[in-house]
Amino acid sequence: MRPAWQRADVAELRTRSRRRHRLGRVGIYVTAVFFAFLAVFPFSWALISMFKRSSDLYVKANNPFWLNEPPTLDHVRLLFLETNYLTFVRNSIVVGLAVTLVTLLFALPTAYALARLRLRWGERMGIAIFLVYLVPPTLLFIPMTRVINYLGLQESLWSLILVYPTITIPISAWLLMGYFKGIPMDLEEQAMVDGYSRLGAISRVVLPLILPGVIAVIVFAFTLSAHEFIYALAFNKSSAVKTIATGVPTELVRGDVFFWQSLQAAVVLVAIPLALLFNAFLDRFISGFTMGAVKG
Amino acid sequence: MTTRTRDRYLSDNPRFLAGVFMAPTIIYILALVGFPFVLAIIYAFTDITTGSPDLEFVGFDTFRAVLADPVFRRALANTFWFAVISNLFVVILATGLAELLTRDFKGKWFVRFLILLPWVAPVSLATITWLWTFDSIFSPIDWVLRQVGLISENMFWLGRPQLAMASVITVQVWRIAPLAAVIVMAGLTAIPNEINDAVAVDGAGPWRRLFQITIPLLAPIIAVAVLFGVILTISDMSVVFVLTRGGPTHSTQVLSTWAFFKGIEGGALGQGAAVALFLFPVLVGITAVVLRLARRREVL
Repeated sequence: MRPAWQRADVAELRTRSRRRHRLGRVGIYVTAVFFAFLAVFPFSWALISMFKRSSDLYVKANNPFWLNEPPTLDHVRLLFLETNYLTFVRNSIVVGLAVTLVTLLFALPTAYALARLRLRWGERMGIAIFLVYLVPPTLLFIPMTRVINYLGLQESLWSLILVYPTITIPISAWLLMGYFKGIPMDLEEQAMVDGYSRLGAISRVVLPLILPGVIAVIVFAFTLSAHEFIYALAFNKSSAVKTIATGVPTELVRGDVFFWQSLQAAVVLVAIPLALLFNAFLDRFISGFTMGAVKG
Repeated sequence: MTTRTRDRYLSDNPRFLAGVFMAPTIIYILALVGFPFVLAIIYAFTDITTGSPDLEFVGFDTFRAVLADPVFRRALANTFWFAVISNLFVVILATGLAELLTRDFKGKWFVRFLILLPWVAPVSLATITWLWTFDSIFSPIDWVLRQVGLISENMFWLGRPQLAMASVITVQVWRIAPLAAVIVMAGLTAIPNEINDAVAVDGAGPWRRLFQITIPLLAPIIAVAVLFGVILTISDMSVVFVLTRGGPTHSTQVLSTWAFFKGIEGGALGQGAAVALFLFPVLVGITAVVLRLARRREVL
């Protein structure tokens, strides 16, 4: 039995922590709403704008957060039927698919070798590959434009398919390394004892287990192809080969005329599916990042 | 049973396999990162333009010309300050956000979805929503400020140098904070619960816990978040390009946009490359920090 003064302390501590707990719950919701508001503010303004009639939108005194006149789909229709928006979306998807494929072809074997083959210079190589990620397109885009012109790839999606993997391969190899390290060596050795060659063991035993890592790489490669701006702007100037990142800001603004509602629709219709995709994989990204980070 | 003494296939030999598995990536990166990088340095010492693409070495003349330009000095200072100020805010917001997102509460999925939006939307597109938010006539911020009587005339967010700079920083913070939060979250989940419990039992309040446990344990991972943040801010061009195009009168110009306007739109490849090369010292510094962290703390 503890002395009385200690028991009193414990009781007080309990009520204090209970009170703190209740305050904590309210606090959590207040912070959640605060952050969500900050994050979503310009998007909500975009979302309302895309349905507004011009006679409503372009009146300075009108409440911008309210549909003062009935909503209209005219501007969304304009975006799809009278602009190259769908071409930009298609280009981004094509580039995304090709970049994903190239990235996996290069990054999977590299990550495997670095994680598994007990190379003497393996660790240094891993860091060197990560450091490549720190050389940004901003530093390289001017000579890269010359290289692309020299290869005759300007004004085509091939330029992007060739260059984007320089960004995705290093980070993907790094990410996949973490996943490979998370799989017990025994599994693979057992498969080899059972008669598989090393390649057989890799493709039948190891690869299915790192599927989450592969999915993370796919999401990453796709997102990059939708995001990347400098190379896309420097290499491709005709609207048939622009991606959403460059097409929307450069083509939907003609001179000083902004098609505001259509512009906002273009943004919202890309941002929401991407956010849903990311949200679904966020936990995997976090675990992937920690694996690469902690066990590297 | 010894299976490792004899390799049944050539591909079972680790040394051979390592070569086959590593070579393509190494060649790819040397050809498309290494070579252009060397080219960038060579360009910066020539007076190459798109009109006269011959490599004629001019020593430091290109650098001298670039440095003499007040717009360049403005861009250099802006790049530095934008990165420092944005990342200060990013760290504060990201730590708070990460704390929030590691708690359990109802509707967390939706809150997380909303908070991620700024990061997952392509930067150049997300910036368009800000361009509209900062519109000189129809800005909803101005509308609110007018309603509550704080202003009678519009602010012209992107039309005045200081406000335009603040706007650029706002957008950078807004888009990078979610990523930094995700990185910090990874660190938070790695702190064992026992530590927090033990400290709570010892009677440390939330503030003491924050400053004596969470922050010291998080420091390395926050450093990683800052590294990513700095790289993202100094190498980004789309925010400034879409929001202000460097204006008004170059007051928001940064190295990346200035390199683009000089090198691609102006055709002065040598000068453009020289401008972009000024990012290099910063990147070397960052690299040194990364390597240090990698050795000391086992974070990378």
